[in-house]
Amino acid sequence: MNDLIKKQRFHTIVMPHLSSAFNLARWLSHGHQEAEDIVQEAFLRAFKYFDGFHGDDGRVWLLGIVRNTFYTWYQQNKIQTKSTPYEDELYGLEFEMTSIRDKNNPETKLIQKNSQRLLNEALCELPIEFREVMVMRELEDLSYKQIAELMQIPMGTVMSRLGRGRKQLATILLAKTENGGAK
Amino acid sequence: MNHEQAQNLLPAYVDKELSLSEVVDFERHFNSCTKCQLEYQEQARVSTLIKNNALYFEAKPELAERIESVITVDLSKAFPQKIQGHFWNLNWPGSWDGIWGSKGAIMASLAALIISTSLFFATPSAQEKLTEELTASHIRSLQANHLSDVISTDQHTVKPWFNGKLDFAPPVIDLTATGFPITGGRLDYINGKTIAVIIYHHNKHPINLYIWPNTSGDSAMHATARKGYTLVHWATGGMNYWAVSDLEATKLVSFAEKLQAQVSVN
Repeated sequence: MNDLIKKQRFHTIVMPHLSSAFNLARWLSHGHQEAEDIVQEAFLRAFKYFDGFHGDDGRVWLLGIVRNTFYTWYQQNKIQTKSTPYEDELYGLEFEMTSIRDKNNPETKLIQKNSQRLLNEALCELPIEFREVMVMRELEDLSYKQIAELMQIPMGTVMSRLGRGRKQLATILLAKTENGGAK
Repeated sequence: MNHEQAQNLLPAYVDKELSLSEVVDFERHFNSCTKCQLEYQEQARVSTLIKNNALYFEAKPELAERIESVITVDLSKAFPQKIQGHFWNLNWPGSWDGIWGSKGAIMASLAALIISTSLFFATPSAQEKLTEELTASHIRSLQANHLSDVISTDQHTVKPWFNGKLDFAPPVIDLTATGFPITGGRLDYINGKTIAVIIYHHNKHPINLYIWPNTSGDSAMHATARKGYTLVHWATGGMNYWAVSDLEATKLVSFAEKLQAQVSVN
């Protein structure tokens, strides 16, 4: 009986955040298949430890587990932090785009698409400690407090990483744009 | 605030994460510092750029199904007889062997699952039909403003009211002390029988407790959900009990447990 209720609660509190979990895992791991495996394992862990969850923010709780699961996987696989994403990986990005807006004008569309590609490449290349806070802040719209809780770091660190991350992203992006966006 | 302090706080100013007093302090420097203002514009530009252009990776529906099936199987290890549904959609990445113990254990729980699931499918869905009927009755009782035939917060008024109206005497338990006061009773017609309904409330949420004689042994407490309502069923002391409410499952189960404890005492 308690297990059925546990499952119902899990459905209400944790399952709705699947996309957030996947988005974070995908930005951290760079690969679709890896992200799916990480998310799946994270959900299993979440379900296992769900009895111990008494907070009210299921998303932050789940994303914390996704992040831990990722780092475990990351250490096991010893992936290079600054590895440049593979060519096909970036083509893959184009197909998975879900946030393209305002694309009526073909010319605008082309410029936009190009700058969008550069931006996503730049974000991919950003060191992971900056990339993760950027994704949480800009894409998941989490507050400093939520990010601090999730990563178990002080809010001041969240603030400084966001500041430095944005600066570094601007530098990477500038270098790419000066190359004429040629790839 | 000096320039260095302002530079440190700048990201939080961009993100509107500063307190009002910090903002006042910050702007005292910021409004007269061109370097800080340029830095602000740059931070805000990058932030907007990512918000508007960075990819948001949506999970595919298949991933949700995969996770569902895995969790369902996990559950079956404890209560194989209670699993209903998705079991054919299994996916076993090798890296999970650690979690599951051995493949033998997986096969055993899978076998138990398949057997129990086929038993579940083999029995006609009388339970399913009853669940539907109770949910419909619960909704109707709320819509038609016909929650109670006898309105009273006193168990000694509600209990005698059923006399002569039914061929059994439903236990009417007072749970006011634990936050579930009785507000009335009524007769209803479920599953081809006239039955008793005791109405409880918890923080303005009504609970319909359906009671009728049980002919087939006791059964343990079991919760299900239909159309946003929670139903908790158990059978004890020759009576069937169904509690239906919009309360969350844990609350309704706690109600049921308190009630059951009282029934066995009385």
